[in-house]
Amino acid sequence: MTSGSSVSGTAGVRTTALRKVYRTRGALRRGRSGNTGNAREIVALEGLDLEIRAGEFFGLLGPNGAGKTTTIGILTTRVFPTSGSATVGNADVVSAPVDVRRRIGVVPQRPNPDRALTVRENLLFHAAYFGVPGATARARARHLLELMEIADRGDAKVDELSGGQQQRLMIARALMHEPQVLFLDEPTVGLDPHARLALWTVLRALHDEGRTVVMTTHYMEEADRLCERVAIIDRGRLLALDTPAQLKSQAPGGTLVELMLDGEAAPVTAAAAALPGVLRAEAERAILRAYAARGGEAIPGLIRCAEQAGRAVRDIHLAPPSLETLFVSLTGRKLD
Amino acid sequence: MTDAPVGPRALPFVGFAALLRRDVRVARRELPYFLTRTTLQPLLFVVVFGHLLPRMGFVNRAYTAALLPGILGISLAFSSLQSVALPMVADFGFTKEIEDRLLAPVADWIVALEKVVSGILQGVLAALFVLPIARLIMGPIPSLALGHPLEVLAVTVLGAASFSTLGLVLGTVIQGQQIGLMFSIVVAPMIMFGCAYYPWTGLATIPWLQYAVLVNPLVYVSEGMRGALTPTLPHMPVPAVLAALTLVTGLLWVAGLRTFRRRAFS
Repeated sequence: MTSGSSVSGTAGVRTTALRKVYRTRGALRRGRSGNTGNAREIVALEGLDLEIRAGEFFGLLGPNGAGKTTTIGILTTRVFPTSGSATVGNADVVSAPVDVRRRIGVVPQRPNPDRALTVRENLLFHAAYFGVPGATARARARHLLELMEIADRGDAKVDELSGGQQQRLMIARALMHEPQVLFLDEPTVGLDPHARLALWTVLRALHDEGRTVVMTTHYMEEADRLCERVAIIDRGRLLALDTPAQLKSQAPGGTLVELMLDGEAAPVTAAAAALPGVLRAEAERAILRAYAARGGEAIPGLIRCAEQAGRAVRDIHLAPPSLETLFVSLTGRKLD
Repeated sequence: MTDAPVGPRALPFVGFAALLRRDVRVARRELPYFLTRTTLQPLLFVVVFGHLLPRMGFVNRAYTAALLPGILGISLAFSSLQSVALPMVADFGFTKEIEDRLLAPVADWIVALEKVVSGILQGVLAALFVLPIARLIMGPIPSLALGHPLEVLAVTVLGAASFSTLGLVLGTVIQGQQIGLMFSIVVAPMIMFGCAYYPWTGLATIPWLQYAVLVNPLVYVSEGMRGALTPTLPHMPVPAVLAALTLVTGLLWVAGLRTFRRRAFS
């Protein structure tokens, strides 16, 4: 862990019993609310405990209104927690916001470049706010514009960039002061599939450099493909936290193992369902479907059952459980 | 520039300077629009009241001496106010552009202070632009005396500061769709009752109005300009003006910082 004055290296992130209640007057807002006089209370976070390791690629997964953006807001010093605490590295977001800001890079949900400046100036002034010396900043800007594939747009006005290019400019800007932790709030919303894949490549590369990356998303696939660990949150609460693979193994029904047999599968179901680790088995003509906690391990047993019933296995198909099925079972609703 | 790392203690100054450099860069790029927007109206007023009406004989020639300091005051005050308030309404309202500055590693009040300082500089610039042109249009002004440069400087800076901080308040309180309203409800009455087009002592004929206008900071800017530029004509004592402007600036800074924080953080 780094000292208060140094910002090299990497840092973890921790929240403890983090709670955020928004108080608004009058206007109806979404979310759970209790009436206290004229003011409405909206509980955005209800005691969130998270520990994100230094160098980790961490995902916050949840539907709109789950509290993802509030969490990012608190961790980036823009939202004050109602109670509880949060730290980035060893800096507290409330008592040492300036120290936190030096450690973090932030890519907002909607690109907010400085439209009065050119693309390159956006990077150079951002670096200047952080006290990065001019020569270093210019070299870094050159490199990042290359990396984000907008090197030819350096002197363009920001408004001339496409949505995907603006999003990449936001990432380049967030990296200009070499932050230890990079926060991205729904970075791929509004991007076309090609731009999204390109962004994934960039994010993986940034993580490979040893940076802590914290990303919110409501795309299952994105969390699955990019993140080392994923926190599923809904209504301000942490519902599950693990690697995508572990989370998926917690999905109800586990992995789906399909065996294509050379005859009716029905005689095999009873024996298959009795196998250890098999949660459920069903037959559909020549197809035996078994849901197994740990997909691959059930295969030998299933084959034995089939053979004992006089069936030969022609083909096997594995369908890993998805975060989507887990999410539905945890929250009772779908993402989006 | 060297590549030596910047110590954390130097960062507030470095950050402030970088924020100010950004505003100067943008202001320089938009200078023609800025000057047109902020000085055309007062200059047109000079053409009518400082040139046409005196020539027609409707207005005494001596009126130009009372008018010039007021015109300078208006240019100074409303350039300061606009250059802080207008970008801030847009930044907080829809573009969210200011977020990258709120994430700069400096205390929030430094970001707000930088905006105020940048507003002061733009106000002074507008006044310096208007002075020679107005003088040219009006012709010689006998009582104009530039013998009190320190008083001119103090009135100018404090006058700009009071309207720059007012810009901070308005820029963080007003919603984007209310900008037009700000001009008709706040700016227009301030100009008309700001003693810019007539000296404050002239209001003695309507005593209640003479005291009511004292809530308007433009009164002190106009009267201070008179005291500093045309000291032989009737005007409020300059020390009183400076005290009033200091008080107004202090109050608006405290209020503006509060509303700024309310918009910047939740």
